[in-house]
Amino acid sequence: MRILVNGASREIGAADLGGALEELGYGGAVVATAINGEFVPAAERQAARLADGDRIEVLAPMQGG
Amino acid sequence: MLRLYDTELRSRLLLGTARYPSPSILTEAVKASGTQIVTVSLRRESGGERAGQGFWSIIRDLGAHVLPNTAGCHSVKEAVTTAHMGREVFGTSWVKLEVIGEDETLQPDVFGLVEAARILCKDGFEVFPYTTEDLIVAERLLEAGCRVLMPWGSPIGSGRGLNNLFGLKALRARFPEVPLVVDAGIGIPSHAAQALELGFDAVLINTAVSQARDPAGMAGAFAQAVAAGRAAYEAGPMEPRDLAVPSTPVIGKAFLG
Repeated sequence: MRILVNGASREIGAADLGGALEELGYGGAVVATAINGEFVPAAERQAARLADGDRIEVLAPMQGG
Repeated sequence: MLRLYDTELRSRLLLGTARYPSPSILTEAVKASGTQIVTVSLRRESGGERAGQGFWSIIRDLGAHVLPNTAGCHSVKEAVTTAHMGREVFGTSWVKLEVIGEDETLQPDVFGLVEAARILCKDGFEVFPYTTEDLIVAERLLEAGCRVLMPWGSPIGSGRGLNNLFGLKALRARFPEVPLVVDAGIGIPSHAAQALELGFDAVLINTAVSQARDPAGMAGAFAQAVAAGRAAYEAGPMEPRDLAVPSTPVIGKAFLG
């Protein structure tokens, strides 16, 4: 299916958020996730099913003031 | 000792981690500042570059408390969601809550701020709200459950110091027991000293240090200013007067005219 990952269109095979993160190169990374603007805790990623056109945000620690 | 929520701190200087020339200069500046709290944020991570992972490892090595922000959020929903994401990634219930109302001045949207603070406090967050010096907004934030307030000195990154001295003094006088941290607008160490002399509990600084020619040198200067300002506050500054008062005793002066 085709989804938006951090604003960029990506084709993925995984059906859930956990699988998608592995597939997209985030395996083992410290990140926080959201689907369509809703926070998805790490513990719920495997159960979070994805649908065509979903907007995924994958955020990590960054410099801030 | 400064107490923010249930954490006791020796340093009254909070330091931002943005806009340093390099990670090693950031590390040097943090060390020179003596800070025990650094602010951080969340941004999009690329699965290929994974830049955030390296940054997080640098921050963890600093050994300071981490205060995640919601910088750049313009709505309550955005700020609340970002706070949840920060709590998970950084493993802290602290959040520097920013709900920005206007892009030119980055002035907080105080209505959205109060609403977001209420939601987050109920959800167990320990909220550090970035606010103005408005007394009624401060009251509402405290009612919402905030136990620290962070009024701006002047707009973020402007370096203009304490813009509204009257308002800041009124805020300090109205809430004598609430820890108040001046956040934003401090440009030089004397601004920080002034905030501490007025009885503010701490200051949060970023650009003034990170954009200095020598960030570590400036961080050290701020540490001294903050310590001097606090010592002066505790020592009880004199009241200013309009007319001169001789410091040398007049009694006993020889008549030589």
